[in-house]
Amino acid sequence: MDFHILGQQLVNGLALGSIYGLIAVGYTMVYGIIGMINFAHGDVYMVSAYLTAICLAILSYFGMVSPFFLIVITLIVTVFFIALYGWSIERIAYKPLRNSPRLAPLISAIGVSLVLQNYVQVSQGAKTQAVPTILPGAFRFGTETEFIQITYIQVLLIIVSFISMAVLTYIIQKTSLGRQCRAVQQDAKMSAILGINTDRIISTVFIIGAAMAGIAGVLVTMNYGSFDFSVGFITGVKAFTAAVLGGIGSLPGAMLGGIILGMSESLFSGFVNTDYKDVFAFSLLVLVLIFRPSGLLGKPLVEKV
Amino acid sequence: MLFTNPNDPPILAALKDSLFVGLIAFLVFAPISGMVLDGYGFNSHLERPAIMAAIVFAGRFIYQFLAGTSFGKNLIAKFAASKAKPGVYVGQSDGLKYLKFILPVLFIACLILPFFLDKYWLSVATLAMIYVLLGLGLNIVVGLAGLLDLGFVAFYAVGAYTFALGSQYGIGFWTAIPLAAILAAMAGGILGFPVLRMHGDYLAIVTLGFGEIIRLILNNWMEVTGGPNGAPAPNPTFLGIEFSRTAKEGGVPYHEFFGVTYNPAAEYIFLYIVLFLVVSLMIFFFSRLRSMPMGRAWEALREDEIACRSLGLNHVMVKLSAFMMGAMTGGVAGVFFAAQQGFVNPTSFTFFESALILAIVVLGGMGSVVGVVLAALVLTILPETLRTFAEYRILIFGILMVGMMLWKPRGLIRIRRPYFSRGDSK
Repeated sequence: MDFHILGQQLVNGLALGSIYGLIAVGYTMVYGIIGMINFAHGDVYMVSAYLTAICLAILSYFGMVSPFFLIVITLIVTVFFIALYGWSIERIAYKPLRNSPRLAPLISAIGVSLVLQNYVQVSQGAKTQAVPTILPGAFRFGTETEFIQITYIQVLLIIVSFISMAVLTYIIQKTSLGRQCRAVQQDAKMSAILGINTDRIISTVFIIGAAMAGIAGVLVTMNYGSFDFSVGFITGVKAFTAAVLGGIGSLPGAMLGGIILGMSESLFSGFVNTDYKDVFAFSLLVLVLIFRPSGLLGKPLVEKV
Repeated sequence: MLFTNPNDPPILAALKDSLFVGLIAFLVFAPISGMVLDGYGFNSHLERPAIMAAIVFAGRFIYQFLAGTSFGKNLIAKFAASKAKPGVYVGQSDGLKYLKFILPVLFIACLILPFFLDKYWLSVATLAMIYVLLGLGLNIVVGLAGLLDLGFVAFYAVGAYTFALGSQYGIGFWTAIPLAAILAAMAGGILGFPVLRMHGDYLAIVTLGFGEIIRLILNNWMEVTGGPNGAPAPNPTFLGIEFSRTAKEGGVPYHEFFGVTYNPAAEYIFLYIVLFLVVSLMIFFFSRLRSMPMGRAWEALREDEIACRSLGLNHVMVKLSAFMMGAMTGGVAGVFFAAQQGFVNPTSFTFFESALILAIVVLGGMGSVVGVVLAALVLTILPETLRTFAEYRILIFGILMVGMMLWKPRGLIRIRRPYFSRGDSK
């Protein structure tokens, strides 16, 4: 076994995994709070990739070249707009269905997913889009021929995703807003009686989820450079796999699951077969759901009457 | 809303609210439809989000304004979801009186229809019938048993590939139909057995993953499936009689056998008629199934799983029977699809196909056979007639799916049998 290939795949896997983790936050929080799989979440991520490209195009139109400002402004603008998307989607397609049968919001979410994909396809065209490289260069470890390479943008990606997760964990664990979120997650009716505006908390959770997917979208787009209107589906299912793997409803679980999934996927494509890497991820999802549906860090689900 | 004041006159409140909604709509629409990426640059089309936001504003304003008047209140109440009277009562079945006259007429009309269609519309009609079959299959799973299956297309693919690949080993059209049914049902059983014990929502994701696994394997396993190039499927035969102009070694083409002139459409007419008979059989079968203990168990389980289990229903077996029955129907539909297309490749079995079949079931009103048939016909024939809107097709499906869930989660057409209703539960 070549250790530099192993190391390289682990680095790639870590970068990929932290992205899955960021997107998985949206699934896991929404599921935790209203028990619904937000099927449109992957497409929210896809929209954020487009927002990134548009924002970069506008900024370079005004002659901005500094990578630092490009990245920071793109992050802020994209997160703002994508949070607006998250909020509007929840308001239109899920909120009226709060008390309807279990299947209704899920089907509505599939509808939203189709709408988002086709809306982007119709307005931006079906072709693959690309963004210019903003931060070229890489760290290299090892000899001339056998080395492990970490690009600057991968470093940025890993750092930003860990910072966002840390901030989010702080918000959820320490602030009043986070306490309300956790209370609604445990018992929505009781927290409403105690004066928590549950509707607002649910909206907030959707906004947080969308914002995290937006950060992931910015980072991935800058890292890989190309995307099209259908990227949301596969990434979304994989991020959901990460959420389930880590234990759905658990915030650290999402990140852990994401990193495990990213690393094993990239090891699989490095050492076994690239064509079947998606099959690997989906099979992992099916196996986890069958043998350990509560995931690594989640609590077993008890159905109450 | 955000900037409204309880003392505002209704028109001002409506105006403020609609302005706010319009602003949000503009912000949401502006980046994606207003700034079209062009290489690393962009073209500005800000008039498009402005128009869309103006439409949203106008719509919201009219709605808010009407909601303030008594006329509007009546209108909204009329369209509101729940019209139930309080208390428990037995509702009347709205079974159609003339059904036994309408059905035979419809049956014969559909049977002789292919002789009056040209080749293009014949293929559209055949495709519509395939979707009716798929819709009926998924209707059992989603509509009756309440299991959300997002990978239904996998069973469709199993059926299509059974015929296409089996033909290399001498499996003909007529052998392929039961074989595909058995294989698809088995695939459903193998997938369903471990999964159906779990919480309902997970099923949706597992089936979705399964559908993608099947498609990716079909796409990548070049030696067996032919990969993205697909595999050819043979023409159907009738008792060994072929529908081509000249028969293969030892066969007899139909026009020589019956002594009629050769018609190139005969093959498709034959396929349509067989398919139509299968669909009719399935409709008959499913409408009977609904009132059998098995069908009742499906619906009971959909309504309240815990109650059913405590009454002694084996929930895994009941769900599994629905899942396998649906898978079987999907497999049969796949054989017809392969025979009609003449070849199969993985692009016909994407997630979008599953979503389309789901849209048929949802729009038809989950559980209603008549609704599913009508929805399948509308959703396949309408896009053919409205070619100009082809690129908005998926957009419209999506909006319809959300809209249906918001206003009519039980479907547009719902022919009810006698039912109990507890109106005060809301």
